[in-house]
This record gives sequence, C-alpha cells and structure tokens, in this order.
Amino acid sequence: MEKKLTLADLARILEQYDVVELEDVTIKGEVELELGSSAGLALPPALAQALQSLMGAREMPGTLEAKRIEALLPATFKVAKAEWAGKIEEVTIGATSADGGTRERTVTIGGEKSLPFYNFDAKMPHPPVISVDCFDMPIPLARAVREYYEDVMEDPGEWAKKNVREFGADMVTIHLISTDPTIKDTPARAAAKTVEEVLQAVKVPIVIGGSGNPDKDPEVLEAAAEAAEGERCLIASANLNMDYERIAKAALKHGHVILSWTQLDINAQKTLNRYLFKLGVPREDIVIDPTTAALGYGLDYAFTNIERMRISALKGDTDLAFPISCGITNAWGAREAWMKDSPSKEDSDWGPAAYRGQMYEIITGLTLGLAGGDMFMMMHPNAASTVKKVTQTLFGAKVKEDKAKRVAIEDWVTWDAEVGASKK
Amino acid sequence: MKLSSPMEIWKYLPGTNCGECGEKTCLAFASHLKERSTRLEECTPLFEDEKYADKGKQLAELLAPEIREIEIGVGARAAKIGGEDVMYRHELTFYNRTALAYDVWDTMKEGELRERVSRIANWRKFYVGEFLTLDAIAVRSVSGDAQTFAACVNAVAEETDLPLVLCSFDAKVLEEGLKVVAGKNPLLYAADKTNWKDVLELVKSYNVPVTLFSPDLDMLNSLALTFSSAGVEDIVLDPGVYPTGEGLADTFSRFVRIRRVGIEEGDKEVAYPLMSVPMTAWMIHGDALDASYWEAVLAAIGIIKYADIMILHSIEPHSLIAERTLVENVYTDPRRPVSVEPGLREVGTPTEHSPLFLTTNFALTYYTVESDLSSNKIDSYLIVVDSEGMGVEAAVAGEQLTAERIKETLESYGAEKRVKHKTLVIPGLAARLSGETEDVTGWTVLVGPRDSGRIPGWMDDNWPPK
Repeated sequence: MEKKLTLADLARILEQYDVVELEDVTIKGEVELELGSSAGLALPPALAQALQSLMGAREMPGTLEAKRIEALLPATFKVAKAEWAGKIEEVTIGATSADGGTRERTVTIGGEKSLPFYNFDAKMPHPPVISVDCFDMPIPLARAVREYYEDVMEDPGEWAKKNVREFGADMVTIHLISTDPTIKDTPARAAAKTVEEVLQAVKVPIVIGGSGNPDKDPEVLEAAAEAAEGERCLIASANLNMDYERIAKAALKHGHVILSWTQLDINAQKTLNRYLFKLGVPREDIVIDPTTAALGYGLDYAFTNIERMRISALKGDTDLAFPISCGITNAWGAREAWMKDSPSKEDSDWGPAAYRGQMYEIITGLTLGLAGGDMFMMMHPNAASTVKKVTQTLFGAKVKEDKAKRVAIEDWVTWDAEVGASKK
Repeated sequence: MKLSSPMEIWKYLPGTNCGECGEKTCLAFASHLKERSTRLEECTPLFEDEKYADKGKQLAELLAPEIREIEIGVGARAAKIGGEDVMYRHELTFYNRTALAYDVWDTMKEGELRERVSRIANWRKFYVGEFLTLDAIAVRSVSGDAQTFAACVNAVAEETDLPLVLCSFDAKVLEEGLKVVAGKNPLLYAADKTNWKDVLELVKSYNVPVTLFSPDLDMLNSLALTFSSAGVEDIVLDPGVYPTGEGLADTFSRFVRIRRVGIEEGDKEVAYPLMSVPMTAWMIHGDALDASYWEAVLAAIGIIKYADIMILHSIEPHSLIAERTLVENVYTDPRRPVSVEPGLREVGTPTEHSPLFLTTNFALTYYTVESDLSSNKIDSYLIVVDSEGMGVEAAVAGEQLTAERIKETLESYGAEKRVKHKTLVIPGLAARLSGETEDVTGWTVLVGPRDSGRIPGWMDDNWPPK
C-alpha cells in the first residue's frame, strides 16, 4: 500500500528535530497540500515556501531521501552533576591507644554525599570495608567454605587471626551463637571471655554479634560490651523485637558503636533509629543493617530497600543517614551456593558447587555495594577479596593497576579463546 | 514518558468510558498507562475512529519511553531492549531485562561451534515458577575473513533461532554475515570513528539495528547524532568496558552519566539502549576460573547500572546461573506482591496419610517449596503461615513465625480434618520452634531439611513416621 505523507505530517516530523530549513532534499511521489489544516500546526514561513516550490517535481514514487553524510556531525556530551542536600554520617569503628583502646588501626565508613562510587557527583570519602566472620563454636558450613576454616573452628582467637593474616580482613566479626539457649546456652560471662580472646588475638577493629535470640542477646551483648570497654567495637545488634534499650545503654556506657537492625522495612528502620536517638546514642555511634537477602532469594528486595534508604538519606532524611552494614554471608543460604545438583530434574547442569558458592557471595556483596552498603560481613576468602577488589576499584583506589594492564578493549572481538585459555 | 499523571494522559483519551480496553473508565485506563501496565493499543477507538486519530498519535509520542526501545532478532525469541523510563527500579520498574548474549567465534571447529550454540540456546534453570533462558548469541570474526565469518553465521543460524549479534569492525566482513541472516534482524557490532561511513551504508541498505562504539563520549554522541540524522533509529551505544583500575571506574561513570542524560535530562541524542562487554575480563586474566569471576563482576555492574544488552564469554554453569538470576532479580517488577495468601494447599493428589509440610507466605519461599514438592512428585499438603511476607529464617528471628501462629494456622484451615497422623513437618530453619510447637499444638513435630530441595531424601529416611 502506498503511504500518503501530508505536508503537515512532514512539518511535524521536521519540527521534532528542530529543522527549520531543508537543503538538497527531493520530494517525490504523492504530496497532499494541507497548509493551515485543523492540525493547528503553523509551518515556519521559510519552510512553507520551500516546500511549495518543491511541489513541481512530484511524479516519481519514492520517499524522503537525505543527502549522504560525508563527515561526522560534531557533538559534545554534557551531563549535569547530581547534588544532594543530605550527607551520610561518618562512623569510626575501633579505638587505638590514643583513644583508650588497643587496636592498631581504626576503620571509618560513611560520609557520602552521593550515591556509591558516583565520584563524578561527589568524591566518595571512604571505600567499603570487609569484616570476615568467625564463630564461638564449630558450625555447619558449606564444604567450599569449611575447607578454609577447618583447622581453627575450635578456637575463636585463632579463627580471627587467620581472617586477618591470611584473608586480609579489615575487621573481624565474632558471632556468639553458642549463647543461644537452644544451641549451647553458653553463659554471658563465658561469651565475654571469648570476646576478650578475640581482642587479644587481632589488632583490627571487631564486630561483636549475638546469637540472634531476642531474649538472651541483651544480656550477652551487655557483658561483651563491658569486657570490650574502650575498644569501640560494633555491637550487633539492636532490633525492635528485643530489649534494645539495654543493648544501646551498654554500648553507650562502654564506648561502642551500635548496629541498628531491621527487616526490609524502611519505616521500622526509622522508628528504631529514633528510639536510639531518644536513648541518647550519638549519631556517629550508629550503623544500620536493613537486612541482606541472597541472590535469587530476595536480593531484589534487599537491594531496593537499601537503595531507597540511601536516596532518602541523601535527600535529607536524617533518620536514615547512616552507614549500612550487610550480612553477605547470608548468600550461602541460597541452595545454588552449596547444593551438589539441582533438585529440579529439568534444569541444565549446575556444575561444581564449589564454583557457585563464592560466585553467589560475590554477586550478593557487589549488588548491595552498588545499592549503598558500606560494610560487608563475609565468609569465603576469595569472595571477600574479589568484593574488596571491585569496590576499591570503583572507589578509585586502583588507578595504578590500570596503567599497568590497560588493554585495547575493542580487540575483544578478535580475542582468541584458545590462546587465552592456554595461558593458564 | 512525558506525561506525569493519569489526568494528563486522560485528556488525550476519548473520555467515553466505552470499556473496550477492559477498564470501566478512561481514567482507570490512563492510570494503567502511567504505570505501564497496559498498552495504548487496547484503546481501539483511539486508532479506529478518525476523530481521535490526532490525539492518538500525539499520545503515542508522549507515552514513548525515555530510552528508545529496539528489538533484535525475529519470532518467538526476539529480544526487546531499552525502553526504560527510570533511573531506580523502585520509581516504577525496569522494563526490558538486560539481554545476555554469549559468544561464539569463526575460528571454532564446526562441531564445537554447533555444540556451544546448542548449549547456549538450550540452557535453562527453574526459578520462581518458570524457566530462565539466555537471550542471544554474539558471533565474533576472529579470522578477519569475510567468507569464514559468513560460514560461521550460517552454521549458528541453522542451529538456533536466538537473536544474533554480528561482531567485526570490518564492514566487508559484517556484510557477508548480514547476507546470510538479512531477514533475521541481527544487531551489528560495531560502527566506530573509522568505519562508520561503511557501516552506515550497510545499516541503511539492510535495515538492521546497529551498535556504535566509542569510550570517548563526545565521539559516541557524535556517532549517534550522525546515524540518527541519517534516519537510523535502531541504535545501541557501547561506551566500552575497561576491565580494571581507573578504566573500570570510568566505565561505571560513563554508563551512569549516559543514562542520566537520556532519562533525567530528556536529551534524545544518546537516549538509546546501552551495551556492555564484560568479556573484556578475559583479556587480562590467564586463568579461566579467575576470568569467569571477574567477568561476572563486570556483568553485575552492568546489569545493575544500565546495560541493556551484554556480551559474555563464560558459559560455565556458575556464570550462567549467577548472571541470569541477577538479571531476573533486578528486572522483576518491584510492585509485585512479596507474599502469597496463607492457607492449606494440596500438592499432587494427597490422601489422609500424606505428609503435611509447613512454610511461610514469602512468595519466593512458597514457590520454591511448592516446586520442590511438585517436581519431585510428592503428594502432600502444604500449610502456608502468614509470616507477613518474611522467609523462614527471618520470620523465626523476627517472631513472625511462632508456635502460637502455627497453632492458629492449623486450626483456621482445618488441618486436623485432612490428615490422620497429626504430624507436622516444619522447615529445618525453624527447628528452634519444634518443642514449643509440640507443646502448644499437641501435634507431633518433625524437623525437615534446612532446604526444601532435600525433601525427597528426607522422605526416604523419615516418612511415614515410625
């Protein structure tokens, strides 16, 4: 079927591209003159004239034919900077002897005035940090992780040391899970001793985690906070389902930072933070944990929850303007991270579980880093080092490495897989 | 889209509340258009009645997404890319998921080539009620020889109907490939600052979508402007992926800033779908496993920050599962409900001797357990507790799943009338609740595996109960 193009149509098209004059244009075929029609579109006078003068040659079929372009049209790429009203609180964890502690170094997170790694808007002040987990008793772990910790599982001090020495942890998290009444019901006093051991064993700042039992944790974390007096640990955690007041007061009294944990709920996070303000917890003593879900198992909710919190904070919501901690070890809850084969017989082969586990931890960590995570609690050494490397790179700390390895990237098209593979 | 409220959209609709679109009122239809949960074409009067024709055309333009939507390939497996309207998924939703293209190359032996194509084309993984699959195949000209490339493209096209990306910077090579699959709407890769004239001619004569490549954004903008001025609109932009260091930090910045210009500043010159090439990771890693991890890292950055199509190399399961699952997570509509209705469900054809499993009403948890039971043909009952949309582990920690709530659920759905054995199987992750649940409900409680994928093995050892 022949297409009918009216002058009004043509003018509308031209107007879209801000064209007011045409040069070297031939109009062929049926053209309907509809000047001043009901479309209410006024043609620029010069254009109307030009078009009318072209009406003579309209015998042959065809379409609008532009002139062959001989040179690239010049353009400059311009983009505005995003400016935000808010700023994330800067929080330091760990205290050196100058501040009444015994840590050899401290860790500072937060302070952002832009989205994570958006250095083109405002330079990110601190890179995200990695805290590697250890536990106060041997726990069931996926085989791919267990092999790294088998020799230290009975000794939390040795475990913490290994995390720092061999796996380059910025911090160590000691999880006092044996205190859970349904596990070993270890008394709070004994748990406090474990914390002392870990503080002796390593000189990096530490995170002290309870068992997650809402009835027992206040007592356990209170004793631990007292034992770690002056070390400015991160106490994990206070939440709305427990006596958070007792934990917050202990952290306050003994000079620690408190982790405010809620479950994928912005309003709950604001509420709990406000309760902490009321108890007199200073803003620079709060880190938030909005909950981490694994790749494939709610990561979308966790990602958006964190991204929304961070954007609200940057827009000026001071209830949410705190550094964010993410429990990336949760990635191992995904069956793809540890299960030998797929339970679904119709799936394509899953390949070795050992390769999948660290991949799930890496992707979960990086994803939440891009949402706004400042601190990652992790487990698999390779996953931890990979997430550290990529976040450091995006942060801008790996400039030199790039100079050494800069490649002609367009050559990927002709990259020879056989040569590439044989290099290993 | 250029209209900011249903009222503004409504002004362009007939306003007759005729109901042809399936909505009661034009305003209701307008709010669906605003949320992009229906198509304008559903309003048939707008297109069939002369008197609405102008308004219809104007509205179609005003509703067009900020980032141009283009299609590659043909038929059932054609892929739409771009079409995005927001910078953050919670503002609406991301729309056309990142298309994942995996590579083959023209120096492969034919048997290996066909095997690799079939692995890519047939790969699948079950996830929340459906099978995930891959989206496209990128054919690379490594030989540089046009005939070799054409033969390779031909073999690939014989093996699959997946959309193709034809990759070479040599227009002659591209043309020979194009001749083979001209009717299949492949994406060309790529025009750059040196070959653009020849590629432009190709694109115009074959009418196929094209990728423009330049890490220099002025040049990229210039290429895009030149192609669109020549009447080419199916454009994809590749701002280059540097795999390490400062190059990678800059890569991240380029993707974000191009998308920002397109969406927030409404600048049409670069409002096109973006391509990312994570396979550049392979150019710096000798070890295949290391390369596959770093490639996935680059892919994740792209999936989250605005790549609409990407070219990858590793087709090992750990790469495919993670990359494709992340795409699904980022592109899932965040307006989708988190929870399912609580209740007592039947899986298969259970009898009064069948096991009764308990789970929470978090949608992901529920669908996972349901599919593990049904795909393993375990006739059973599944009781779904209202855990306020929390998964098992989180609900136990947050006390949305308690012995008390289990009791209420068993009672309100009449579980006692369905099974004779009065035995309840709770998730391994809720083991902590077993004693208290027995006390409160009077039922026998068995602790199931920590992952429902292990229910079949668990059944062998534990069911029927002794």
